[in-house]
Amino acid sequence: MRRSPKETEDSAGVTHRRALLMGGAMTAMFAVLGARMHYLSVDQADQFKLLAEENRISIRLIPPARGLIHDRNGKVLAGNEQNYRVVITREDAGDVDAVLSKLAHIIPLTADDLDRTAKEMKRTSPFAPITVADRLSWEDLSKIALNAPSLPGVSPEVGLSRQYPRDTDFAHVLGYVGPVSERDLADLDQPDPLLRIPKFQIGKIGVERWLENNLRGRAGTRRIEVNAVGRVMRELEREEGDPGSDVRLTIDADVQNFVQARLGDESAAAVVMDVNNGDIIAIVSSPSFDPNLFVRGISHTDYNDLMENDHRPLANKTVQGVYPPGSTFKMITALAALEAGVINVNTSVRCPGHLEFGGRRFHCWKRAGHGSVNLEKSLAESCDVYYYDIAQRVGIEKIAEMGKRFGLGIRHDIPMSAIADGIMPNRAWKQERHKQDWRIGDTINASIGQGYVLTSPLQLAVMTARIATGRAVVPRLVKSVDGKDVPVEEAPSIGISDEILRKIRSGMYAVMNGDRGTATSSRIVDDTMVWAGKTGTSQVRNITAAERARGVISNDQLPWNRRDHALFVGYAPYTNPRYAVSVVVEHGGGGSTAAAPVARDAILSALSGGVPPLSAYPASQRNRIESMLEKLPLRDADGRVPGTSRA
Amino acid sequence: MSFLEYRVKFVPTGLRKVLHLNWPLIVLVTAVSAVGWLALYSIAGGRMDVWAGRQMQVFALGVVLMFFIAFVPIWFWRNMSLIAYFVSVALLLVVEFFGTMGMGAQRWIEVGGMRLQPSELMKVTLVMMLAAYYDWLDVKKTSRLFWVLIPVVLTAIPTVLVLMQPNLGTALILLMIGGTVMLLAGVSWWYFAVVASGIGGTIWAVMTSRGTDWQLLHEYQFRRIDTFLDPTSDPLGAGYNIIQAQIALGSGGWSGKGFMQGTQSRLNFLPEKHTDFIFTTLGEEFGFVGVFSLLVLYGLILLFCYVSAMQNKDRFSLLLILGIAANFFFYLAINLAMVMGLAPVVGIPLPFLSYGGSAMLVLLVAFGLIQSAHVHRPR
Repeated sequence: MRRSPKETEDSAGVTHRRALLMGGAMTAMFAVLGARMHYLSVDQADQFKLLAEENRISIRLIPPARGLIHDRNGKVLAGNEQNYRVVITREDAGDVDAVLSKLAHIIPLTADDLDRTAKEMKRTSPFAPITVADRLSWEDLSKIALNAPSLPGVSPEVGLSRQYPRDTDFAHVLGYVGPVSERDLADLDQPDPLLRIPKFQIGKIGVERWLENNLRGRAGTRRIEVNAVGRVMRELEREEGDPGSDVRLTIDADVQNFVQARLGDESAAAVVMDVNNGDIIAIVSSPSFDPNLFVRGISHTDYNDLMENDHRPLANKTVQGVYPPGSTFKMITALAALEAGVINVNTSVRCPGHLEFGGRRFHCWKRAGHGSVNLEKSLAESCDVYYYDIAQRVGIEKIAEMGKRFGLGIRHDIPMSAIADGIMPNRAWKQERHKQDWRIGDTINASIGQGYVLTSPLQLAVMTARIATGRAVVPRLVKSVDGKDVPVEEAPSIGISDEILRKIRSGMYAVMNGDRGTATSSRIVDDTMVWAGKTGTSQVRNITAAERARGVISNDQLPWNRRDHALFVGYAPYTNPRYAVSVVVEHGGGGSTAAAPVARDAILSALSGGVPPLSAYPASQRNRIESMLEKLPLRDADGRVPGTSRA
Repeated sequence: MSFLEYRVKFVPTGLRKVLHLNWPLIVLVTAVSAVGWLALYSIAGGRMDVWAGRQMQVFALGVVLMFFIAFVPIWFWRNMSLIAYFVSVALLLVVEFFGTMGMGAQRWIEVGGMRLQPSELMKVTLVMMLAAYYDWLDVKKTSRLFWVLIPVVLTAIPTVLVLMQPNLGTALILLMIGGTVMLLAGVSWWYFAVVASGIGGTIWAVMTSRGTDWQLLHEYQFRRIDTFLDPTSDPLGAGYNIIQAQIALGSGGWSGKGFMQGTQSRLNFLPEKHTDFIFTTLGEEFGFVGVFSLLVLYGLILLFCYVSAMQNKDRFSLLLILGIAANFFFYLAINLAMVMGLAPVVGIPLPFLSYGGSAMLVLLVAFGLIQSAHVHRPR
């Protein structure tokens, strides 16, 4: 079929025209593409460069090593333990189940471990290492290393975790660390990004919590390059952080250990402090618990055991327990009366065994009465009626004021949790708290440390230290941070005349060393350590007149939680005081029998820096004391209790 | 249908044909392919054996095929058009019933260890068929309804088959190729106006059909449209490709991050970086300068096709060259618009750059036809 040349020319003409049109459209499209490319890679380049960097670079934090906590002599109280764990990487393992079952033959793995591992594997990328088992022993770790060729994808890792070598001794002082909770984060305005690291641990209570900022340290950072699925390709930059500061406490670990052991299973608290600079040498609450359990994650049964124990091991009784001080408060009443001038050091009061007031009869502990009683005798024999009398003369306001001057009813700020203020009652307080007028009966009760008066063992120790020195000593727990000593100023004078204080002290001396002192059996015979103190027995129940008529039931016959609290405060040496001690034994019975012997052992331990020397005890007691001391489960130099193994 | 329409005596014969090949076009095609090898080498992290080596082998095979086709006279290929067309349609049917699933669609058949995508071949044979049809058709009849419907049906058959795979991108390109050849052949503008308004109506119908029982597109296709309109609405899902591609292009800046230094591609942030999104790697590593140079190369290829077409007095050759050039341009423009965020993500490779045997081979076959038309043009 032939076409005429004309026809062909025409059709070619149309095609050429339309082809040129199309060419124009193509050129326009090229221009659009070029312009778009220019917009993306020239105009907007900076923004896209930033986005690409954000894609690629990820910043990981390197957790710093937590600061160590030492006792005053440098013994480690809280350390960081190498924590061996075994991790598995799915993509290197190949057949994960086979590898895990092989691993289970080598080290003990619980069904729980395997379950958790399987679950985590479903969630994470194949290249992310997953912890199979934590806190492995060195032996298990060696076994894994030995079998490494047959365990593809399995590798041992080392991390740091908190460890308290003297577990129960310092549970209440140090507290413990634990994982960051939502509440911890909510409490902070600008939480340290470290806290977002999974499983990062911070101080929950005690020194660990209150010195958290010193102990935590500063996180290091790693700038790493990651790919689209988050696999780390390489490290671009690494900036090491700073480990947390080491903290040195004022506590002497050996004294603390001795006192803890000496308190045994009693529900009790004891505080030993340096009367001159306020250093707390030992601060013991009994019974205690093992803080390491909390670091590892305490089991339900263990936790319930602690919660249900009627001796309340979790409570730090030294600062958070408040007790009626009983007769240990008598020095304050006497000081108030002397300072106010309503009595002088020689004023005598006749004690018939009770005091009638407003139709009510207030009994002295000694039913027969003490006869004529002056200040020294009132303290030595702990006559109640003497204080009923002088308290009425001086009034509650002055007593309360004196109590506060000596550190009762006020908060002493040491790095511990739940520090109680105690109560130093006066008229305004009662009006506010109970909406009732103050009555003279309240003053009489308060004069012997009963009624509304509540004090913590720490406050009693502070009171004793202030009596011993005449200066407003402030307790402290932290000796140095990061090698720098925390400065301690000499405490200002408390403003009581020496003459008055000397009389009070000689009264306390007579308690221990007088002919009829209430605590002579707990005296110290070593000339360099002779001491002074005061017993206290505080009722936790009211004794009715009817009961009194029948004859007061003795403590031994009462159920444990109805018995009296036994208290004791004291300081030594009498002539040149160094340490003050306070002991409260909950429901322990009499202060002279339950608290004073413990207090003597504690202060002798502080004076000798460990186990008390037998020579300090009266000769007749030495055999008994010796066998008692031998039985105490004291720690060896490594902090271990002989005969027990540490998990 | 005789060869005598051509003034055969002036056409070079034997090895002399080598001298009359359109050499600039061959050089340009090789240059663009070489850029592709570089990109594939870089994306594989400096390894030849992953993609680049195989791509070079396919290119070598394709070049041999191109020369073979170029040496065979164009009138032979014109006479083969009908057969080629029906063979392609038959292969599409085979894929439909026996093909292998890939990316949620039936796209290829295995032939002797090679994956063959008949839809790629169809793009060339459709151009051949339509060019031959208009070469045969009396020019005066071009715009008559009956003679317009025939090429419409010829285009519709493969389009429907490809759409059933389902492969929306290739189906669209087939439609555009058919329309382009008809336009170039001189079909009246009125038909195009009617079709354009028809398409507008269809788009409206498709968009309103969403969520109803008679939904006309797959949900994934609707989602692609959504993310095209607003890629940031789903940055980790459907919009991820577009966003990451633009980050890669933009972060290249003026001169790029350097060869093998593209973080987006090397660290796998880019999806399908060796196939449809290969352009983003180039943008990232060579920047605006590199990308612009590549656009110039592509533009030159099109220019030389045009020049060759305009010199050619044979109607079949003219329509064939322009049709193939348009096909080439559609690939290019849709792919680039897609990676730059100007068009929805449809599975369309970048010619000569994207990794893939079928597309490369078919392109070189098409350029072989252009060469044949060039060598054997009437003088």
